[in-house]
Amino acid sequence: MKKSVFFGSVTAVALAASGALAAEGDTLKEVKARGVLNCGVNTGLIGFAAPDANGNWSGFDVAFCKAVAAAVLGDATKVKYVPTTGQTRFTALSSGEVDLLARNSTWTFQRDTDLKLDFIGVNYYDGQGFMVRKDLGVSSAKELNGATICIQTGTTTELNLADYFKANNMDYQPVNIDSNAEGEQQYMAGACDAYTTDASGLAATRASFADPENHIILPEIISKEPLGPAVRHGDNNWGDITRWTLYALIAAEEYGVTSANIDELAKSSNNPEVQRLLGTTDELGKMIGLDAEWAKRAIKAGGNYGEIFAATIGEQTPIGLARGLNAQWTQGGLMYAMPFR
Amino acid sequence: MSETHSETVAYVRETMLPPEPPPLAETGAIKWLRENLFSGPLNIALTFVGLGIVWLVVSTVGPWLSHSVWNAGSMAECRQIIAQTWGEGATGACFALIKHRWNQFLFGFYPQALYWRPVLAFGLLFLALAPVLFSESTKARRVVLGLSLALTFVFAALLGAPMGALLGMAVLMLLWAALIETRPRWSLLASLAYPFIAVWLLWGGSLWSEAMVLAGFCLGFVVWRLLAARFGLLAFALAVMATAAWWLLLAGPLASVLAGVLPLRLRPVSSDQFGGFVLSITIGVAGIALSLPLGVILALARRSDLPVIKLLAVMFIEFIRGVPLITLLFVASLLLNYFLPPGTNFDIILRVIIMVTLFAAAYMAEVIRGGLAALPKGQYEAADALGLDYWKAQRLIVLPQALKISIPGIVSTFIGMFKDTTLVVFVGLFDPLKAMADTIRASFEWKGAYWEPYIFVGAIFFILCFGMSRYSMYLERRLKRDHH
Repeated sequence: MKKSVFFGSVTAVALAASGALAAEGDTLKEVKARGVLNCGVNTGLIGFAAPDANGNWSGFDVAFCKAVAAAVLGDATKVKYVPTTGQTRFTALSSGEVDLLARNSTWTFQRDTDLKLDFIGVNYYDGQGFMVRKDLGVSSAKELNGATICIQTGTTTELNLADYFKANNMDYQPVNIDSNAEGEQQYMAGACDAYTTDASGLAATRASFADPENHIILPEIISKEPLGPAVRHGDNNWGDITRWTLYALIAAEEYGVTSANIDELAKSSNNPEVQRLLGTTDELGKMIGLDAEWAKRAIKAGGNYGEIFAATIGEQTPIGLARGLNAQWTQGGLMYAMPFR
Repeated sequence: MSETHSETVAYVRETMLPPEPPPLAETGAIKWLRENLFSGPLNIALTFVGLGIVWLVVSTVGPWLSHSVWNAGSMAECRQIIAQTWGEGATGACFALIKHRWNQFLFGFYPQALYWRPVLAFGLLFLALAPVLFSESTKARRVVLGLSLALTFVFAALLGAPMGALLGMAVLMLLWAALIETRPRWSLLASLAYPFIAVWLLWGGSLWSEAMVLAGFCLGFVVWRLLAARFGLLAFALAVMATAAWWLLLAGPLASVLAGVLPLRLRPVSSDQFGGFVLSITIGVAGIALSLPLGVILALARRSDLPVIKLLAVMFIEFIRGVPLITLLFVASLLLNYFLPPGTNFDIILRVIIMVTLFAAAYMAEVIRGGLAALPKGQYEAADALGLDYWKAQRLIVLPQALKISIPGIVSTFIGMFKDTTLVVFVGLFDPLKAMADTIRASFEWKGAYWEPYIFVGAIFFILCFGMSRYSMYLERRLKRDHH
């Protein structure tokens, strides 16, 4: 047996010989040469990124990967999804393992500067909230003095929680948990009075309960969690491509361009902004190294921002998130695409 | 009745009384209960406490398990079915999740059309191991061979292997089994080639690249055998150099030429598609297979008379044992990226296998050192007296006995290492226990399921680990040489 297994070590060499790609420099060129976009996503977050029984990924963040692939490579399916954990996500990006990180990551000062990431925008404005059992009789987070709270360790939510209770002169008893599933279990088992995480996650968790009507999400949002896709520092053209793909999705909703009417509008729209966006007039695509119809393809991949939102996390889905801050600026939200000109 | 008794003394009993059954309290279940459960106040108390605990577990878990639902499309549907059948407020297990997603627990994101490849690799593992593990018992070996042949074939067929692949599999496996039965010594060579076949089956690509790596080893071995008599240790260095030169200069071009002549290609599957038990077993088997020889070498090195070698071995073992496995995994996955030149694509599974192997080898070395220390000094002296050199003495006299003594420890290390493969979740790989389960919980349908994946994955881990432990006990019995 000793002998037979010694040779196994060689398998290593054969594997090491396979494949090598450059990490720095012209990401667009690399992606085009490779023919596949490497997109870093969450290992599994309901509504944002999750594989189905056949291993096909879908979700809000995944839809953005698809849009970028459609814009750059002309095919929304040419994405390799690289699942990343909270610990590995930024290293995966900076080491060149992924070209784009669409993994519900909060845009913070330190990540933008010290970690050498470029957040290209915000695709979801989130914030931290609390969920409690209705029979606890609490209607505001301010009444949670002395409560036991389930909190995921090693996240920004943990720090936000400490800040909030300190600022309001309250005490709490943390119950540390490791993952969302464990948090739900602890909360259901009564190990904690309140469960805190991003409001989108709370809504998804509540929706999955057998008795959602017995739980309420408190109105206070105690932190700002602007979630956005990120790319590496230093490749500004690639940053432009991804940023304007996001804006194209948002602008498309603003101008009423949907995946259903996009072909028709490309031919017949009189709106000059729509014409520029869809490449009917002007060739904006050339300025970022793509062709004229890049944005058209991106929008066609999964629809405009509003369509993606509705299909993955919106009110019709089991998660049932309202648009809130993520509505268009014309509807009182914060989604505001820069002009296509 | 004979007449003799009439002459004997009157007070001697002439017939035996028939034996009475033992008193009720001294027989059967009652005796057992009294002796084992109620033999004193402490034991009586403990018995009732134990019964209470059992009742508590059964009364909580029992209804939940008995309300299990196996046919449903989502968690909500499960709950609805349970509420309909068992009334409002009843809870139950929703094993429909397992039925729906079992393939991801087993194969991760491995392409569904290619499921037969890991199955075949796993089946062939037993063919490769049978001549080594069951060399002493023809019957056990035949049972293992027959079972692995039949099961591999059935599962591959069920998982939709194409006709051609099934035929090829059948021919390959039957030939191999025949080889094992007729020429056991030659079949060891086939076992040596197994890792290359397994890598080819799992990762796909061209068979020739694996064949070239194997050819490099053969070349090195031939060089060493030819020159060993004349140059001694230098021959070993030459062999290493010849192998390296072969891999670096000739292997690549030759592989592509051969691939052009006879393309033996399977669809490539990249490491990020591995997950679930395919990943765990790949890492586990590779780690087990590599850590044992490495552990033997380290154990011998630590007992060596050469101070440098001894010092190196001690430093390595104590360093690795002093560091948690997770730290090593993080080094493999994150830190290495900063050391390697940018753009190097050093396969993550390979990195993890290396780290897991080093980790297990350090523990293995100590287990085997225990075995070496347990061997009486006379054995070493006897080997010397026979005029054997160091390596021959170790190979023929010392190690066979030392390894036999260490079997329980070795297998414990194996089992521990196999279970530790679930820690790869921390470097973003899809282990079956947590990463895969959390990913499946992230779908709309199965959000809210908690215990079901743990039970399923735990059961499979139990079967595999229990199997290993039973095998080690079988091996101990087989290798028992001291006849009491």
